[in-house]
Amino acid sequence: MATVTFDHATRVYPGTERPAVDALNLHIEDGEFLVLVGPSGCGKSTSLRMLAGLEDVNAGRILIGDRDVTDVQPKDRDIAMVFQNYALYPHMTVADNMGFALKIAGTPKADIRKRVEEAAQILDLTQYLDRKPKALSGGQRQRVAMGRAIVRQPQVFLMDEPLSNLDAKLRVQTRTQIASLQRRLGVTTVYVTHDQTEALTMGDRIAVLKDGLLQQVGTPREMYDAPQNVFVAGFIGSPAMNIGTFPVLDGHASLGRARVAVDRAVIGQFTEDDKNHITIGFRPEALDVVPGGTPDAIPVVVNIVEELGSDAFVYGSLTNEFGAASAVHSGAGDAQVIVRVDPRQVPAKGETIGVRIRPGEQHLFHAGSGERF
Amino acid sequence: MSPTPQRLQITAANPDPALLDLPWDVPLEQWPAETLAALPRGISRHIVRFARLSGRVIAIKEIGETVAYREYELLRQLGRLDVPSVEPVGVITGRRDPDGEPLEAVLITQHLQFSLPYRSLFSQSLRPDTATRLIDALAVLLVRLHLVGFYWGDVSLSNTLFRRDAETFAAYLVDAETGDLHDRLSDGQRAYDLDVARVNIIGELMDLQAGEFLDDEVDAVAIGDALAERYTDLWRALTEVESFGYGERWRVQARIDRLNDLGFDVGELDIMTDVDGTTVRIQPKVVDAGHHSRRLMRLTGLDVGENQARRLLNDLDEYRAATDRQAEDEAFVAHDWLTEVFEPAVRRVPKELRKKLEPAQIYHELLDHRWYLSQQQRRDVPMKEAAKSYVKNILPGRPDEQSILGVQASDLRETDVIPRVDDEIIG
Ligand SMILES: Nc1ncnc2c1ncn2[C@@H]1O[C@H](COP(=O)(O)OP(=O)(O)OP(=O)(O)O)[C@@H](O)[C@H]1O
Ligand SMILES: Nc1ncnc2c1ncn2[C@@H]1O[C@H](COP(=O)(O)OP(=O)(O)OP(=O)(O)O)[C@@H](O)[C@H]1O
Ligand SMILES: [Mg+2]
Ligand SMILES: [Mg+2]
Repeated sequence: MATVTFDHATRVYPGTERPAVDALNLHIEDGEFLVLVGPSGCGKSTSLRMLAGLEDVNAGRILIGDRDVTDVQPKDRDIAMVFQNYALYPHMTVADNMGFALKIAGTPKADIRKRVEEAAQILDLTQYLDRKPKALSGGQRQRVAMGRAIVRQPQVFLMDEPLSNLDAKLRVQTRTQIASLQRRLGVTTVYVTHDQTEALTMGDRIAVLKDGLLQQVGTPREMYDAPQNVFVAGFIGSPAMNIGTFPVLDGHASLGRARVAVDRAVIGQFTEDDKNHITIGFRPEALDVVPGGTPDAIPVVVNIVEELGSDAFVYGSLTNEFGAASAVHSGAGDAQVIVRVDPRQVPAKGETIGVRIRPGEQHLFHAGSGERF
Repeated sequence: MSPTPQRLQITAANPDPALLDLPWDVPLEQWPAETLAALPRGISRHIVRFARLSGRVIAIKEIGETVAYREYELLRQLGRLDVPSVEPVGVITGRRDPDGEPLEAVLITQHLQFSLPYRSLFSQSLRPDTATRLIDALAVLLVRLHLVGFYWGDVSLSNTLFRRDAETFAAYLVDAETGDLHDRLSDGQRAYDLDVARVNIIGELMDLQAGEFLDDEVDAVAIGDALAERYTDLWRALTEVESFGYGERWRVQARIDRLNDLGFDVGELDIMTDVDGTTVRIQPKVVDAGHHSRRLMRLTGLDVGENQARRLLNDLDEYRAATDRQAEDEAFVAHDWLTEVFEPAVRRVPKELRKKLEPAQIYHELLDHRWYLSQQQRRDVPMKEAAKSYVKNILPGRPDEQSILGVQASDLRETDVIPRVDDEIIG
């Protein structure tokens, strides 16, 4: 068991100027499941590969426990890359498939059997140990592959988009399995994905990267409830948060006809960069549909209603009455908002509905820097 | 509602219209036997099948769409970099069965002719030096891949194909799925690839032992370790900095000769002297494999394996000496050797036997056979006579290796039945 520490870890690829990972500081607790997430090219795989020893570290250090492994060979780091290559051997039993790497390492036979049995217990494979892989289902074979990493009892598991080759259904299933398995084993795990839903559902904590820079680390709840900047706000959550930048007048941000009160303490923190504007984020579920004519309501023209059974979402456009239509964007595009509505009372396509941000559920960011107030 | 019809999208540099005739609306596992070519395969997670297409054989692998395109692209790049690998034909997406259910995308590669999967070579009656030769070939392949910046990620015997190359083997990459091309590999990447290779090879051999296809006496771990050693030695020979005194400048040429001997050409050599000029340091910067095959190609136009080329070049040298033409331009002599010696010998093989081995491999065996006859009869047996005897006594006993594989007699201790290795798909 061990902690993992990125200490100003930097990777600059030869022939490039901008670091792919720029002075990454990240401390991962013993036994923690940490997910590195971000859009394509943000540097998540590079970070993982630096930890694995596959990518040189140009500046800074990487520690596993108290040990500086920056210059240690991959095989001496006591880590396991799970799911990289898991072809099973047809003539070996499940037990041998799980234990052969220990045999190579010269582990005594009795030890191997013990570790294999323990792993099989956790993976629910005990009754199959003496069978051949041929007799197993697809899911069981995948668990055997996991078993191979588990029996090595590494300090850290590394997984880079392990579910990307699976179809949607199997992906959801395997996601839950990996997460619960990791909790039972308690092995520190670093997991890379570009999918924020995967990150939210699996991680004890999530680290969001963008352009090689760490944006925020926190629990799924913290990331969702208190995104530290506009990027994280827009990245975490599905459907994505609605975000707009508006002028502030008389203690109110004006969203066209509608007005949202802004705390005096917040206005006090305005900087020159903000140019007297504020960026407000509001999640689809932070909006109430209000009766027509309600003061301060934001009019939304319904384009599509997405009904998901327990939820329904309106994808709508802001009307011209709303002076700053183009100032808003959402997961659906510019001048678009997404509103969660009561699935038993969905509006019709083409209808105009009024919505209001539920008090206290807006997120406020500097219009200049994008940082949270 | 009627089922969504199939709308195939074929991505290929040179699409063969006959591709459209294959049953893409059927899962690969259920393809009719008459479409398939029953050739042996290595272990794989995906479904892989061989099919006949316009007189050749293609390998088809069902795999996720993005991964299929990625692997296709990587194989193309490897081809351009001149690394021995299977040749990509294309990617097909948009497959659906008659009920409109989507089917997985496929990656198509050209079946590598005369290639031998390891499971047919490592067998119960494996000659110890066959193992060594296969491992040597894989080490050379891995070094070549690493030199061009290719990180494999899943080096294994299953992901390698072997082809005879005179008395040795040449290895080809077959599975680029986990690979990545970089400008330059870090030591960590190389070390990891090598470690994965070692563990996978040992695992694959233990599997053959578990299935009783390989004698338990064979030391699987030692074979895995041998790969690591061979790789490390070769990498060092190709990249190491060497220092020596100014008076020992002959060592520059010695280094180049040594690399040539290992089968590499030196494209660029860094030579540095220290400030007072007493020591010289040299380091090869660009090395290209195929020193002998390139030379033979230049002289004769023959495109053959590196060690086959080595053998043919020796024969050419002998011919030159025997005909007393050392003073002449090598290219002229080579032309005559080709038309007077090589081609007539290979042409003596009747058509129906030509599928047994590649022509250069046949010629290599012919030379062996002539040596053997000459020893036995204590006289110089002429090529014509040797060829006649070879075609009559040796070649018919060889298995067909163009696409149906077997084990060559000389790889076996005893020439009893070839052990059959089942191809299971583990996924
Ligand atoms: N070997 C390399 N040489 C040069 N640049 C590289 C190399 N590998 C990655 N990069 C660049 O470094 C940046 C980070 O890449 P990285 O693969 O870490 O991102 P990622 O977040 O994992 O993206 P993805 O989700 O697309 O895999 C990108 O701009 C990428 O183009
Ligand atoms: N072009 C080819 N020529 C000859 N044999 C081939 C070719 N392509 C595939 N094969 C055979 O099929 C086997 C499986 O192919 P491949 O390794 O690409 O599948 P895979 O499912 O990606 O494997 P893995 O489980 O290692 O990821 C190989 O071991 C090889 O024996
Ligand atoms: Mg493979
Ligand atoms: Mg593969």
